Amino acid sequence: MSPDYLARRYVKPIVFLLCLLPAIWLALGILALQSGNMNSSAALALGANPVEKVQDTLGIWGLRLLLVTLAVTPLRVLGGWPKLQLFRRMLGLFAFFYIALHFLWYLFVDQAFNWGQLFGDVVKRPYITAGFSAFLLLVPLAVTSTQRAMRRLGRRWQKLHRLVYAAAILGCVHYWWQVKADIREPLIYAAIAALLLGWRGLRSLQRRAGAQQAQSGARTRGPGGERDAGKDQESARSRAPVQRLADQPPA
Amino acid sequence: MSHRPHIPPSEITPEAVYRSRRSFLAGLAGAGAAATMPVSFAQEVLSVNLVERPLQFKRNVRYSTTEKANALADITGYNNFYEFGTGKEDPAENAHRLRPKPWSVVVDGECERPGRLALEDLLRPHPLEERIYRLRCVEAWSMVIPWVGFPLGDLVKRFQPTSRAKYIEFTTLHDPKQMPGQRYAVLDWPYVEGLRIDEAMNPLAILGVGLYGKLLPNQNGAPLRLVVPWKYGFKSIKSIVRIHFTERMPRTSWALSAPNEYGFYANVNPEVDHPRWSQKSERRIGSSNFLARQPTLKFNGYADEVAGLYRGMDLGRYF
Repeated sequence: MSPDYLARRYVKPIVFLLCLLPAIWLALGILALQSGNMNSSAALALGANPVEKVQDTLGIWGLRLLLVTLAVTPLRVLGGWPKLQLFRRMLGLFAFFYIALHFLWYLFVDQAFNWGQLFGDVVKRPYITAGFSAFLLLVPLAVTSTQRAMRRLGRRWQKLHRLVYAAAILGCVHYWWQVKADIREPLIYAAIAALLLGWRGLRSLQRRAGAQQAQSGARTRGPGGERDAGKDQESARSRAPVQRLADQPPA
Repeated sequence: MSHRPHIPPSEITPEAVYRSRRSFLAGLAGAGAAATMPVSFAQEVLSVNLVERPLQFKRNVRYSTTEKANALADITGYNNFYEFGTGKEDPAENAHRLRPKPWSVVVDGECERPGRLALEDLLRPHPLEERIYRLRCVEAWSMVIPWVGFPLGDLVKRFQPTSRAKYIEFTTLHDPKQMPGQRYAVLDWPYVEGLRIDEAMNPLAILGVGLYGKLLPNQNGAPLRLVVPWKYGFKSIKSIVRIHFTERMPRTSWALSAPNEYGFYANVNPEVDHPRWSQKSERRIGSSNFLARQPTLKFNGYADEVAGLYRGMDLGRYF
């Protein structure tokens, strides 16, 4: 059995279930409340204000998974764990799943179809504008996450999916602007996002410098431009297996 | 001759009343707590409260709502009290560090009879009453709470404010050992709130010492707090150590922290949105339909009693 096979066959389903846990936990709580089963631990866990708890939990897991998705490439390159690439799409789609539920919960439960107020909120309230924009940016990324879309878009796929950087920044801003006074937690998320994006920025600067030195030659960008353009030794080392993994269709 | 302490007859509750009150409260606390809290916490709340002697009070029907009061577990388990942490469950978890006894309060500033008083002496002249009030948080949720307290106006008169006293400034205890939330400058500690003197004299404004017939739990602002039900919850300052009569409008904590979001007056007003959310509706905690929102009423439904205080004022500007 190849390590590839092991990762796909066993590790991936485990990661899938782990990502689903917060949603299952919330769903059980809501079902218990709806059926009047107030004493069940699932219902108790949603506390005195279940609507707020669900809203916050969906949002925070959306942001967490978005940052985890953005951590895949740095960990893969710096940590030399090429197999992480196998999970990136799934993690990104889970981030979208939670963020979409966060938005839908706000729309249909918190605001309860109050469309007039919703429009006012999106326009008038900067933190909602930021969060809503982040969600909108992620929609095309989720839609083009299939293998087919990757092939069809070719080089443009990579460019399009850089929107995730903007979505992550907007997500952190949304969280920061949403809290009343205690910005310690939003700061931690913003710092992690800054680290992950800063690393990418540095790497692309290094690459550009490298490309200039070589005058030409470095133009070997394929469909996964980011993956194969590395000039430094580390990324060169991890390039081959990653390329191989990414070219395989998902299980 | 024995040296039994002398207890005046007025202090003695007939046993039948005492027992029925006990079982009533135990029932309330049990039902409420069982509905929404883990068992261990419910037992803790129950045991702590039953040790305390029930407070002596009369229900004030005139100023009490007939709406269903929230379960004790919601009132004591879902709090904004940043001195004990900024999460809603933090105060219930951390407030055991507070020592509400012994407690003293400084009354000073523009008044004829300033001084530092032991809490017992501050409370002694004031008969207690129960007031079941709505509480509307600025975060657009609300509860119904059976407070025990006495009119703030009666206390104000006792200290004889001078003609220069236009405002009253209240201050919360500042002691990071007892209040671990104060280790972080989330707000500019100590917490300060204030009222215009005519607001303080309004019969709806009370100083609270208990809820559900018992002494205040620490997380609800023991041993002495303000309750001004027509204003957003953050005006009702908790664990008060200073009452200061002053000519100048107090620089209140939230108004200092975010002046565009929180004003000095902070009257509940569905027509004036918070910059980050609408104030038109609210979610009643513990409502049988946990998804429902209900419309927010101007002055939290107390317009008949307090609207006169603000006649001619632009409430959009003085929010």
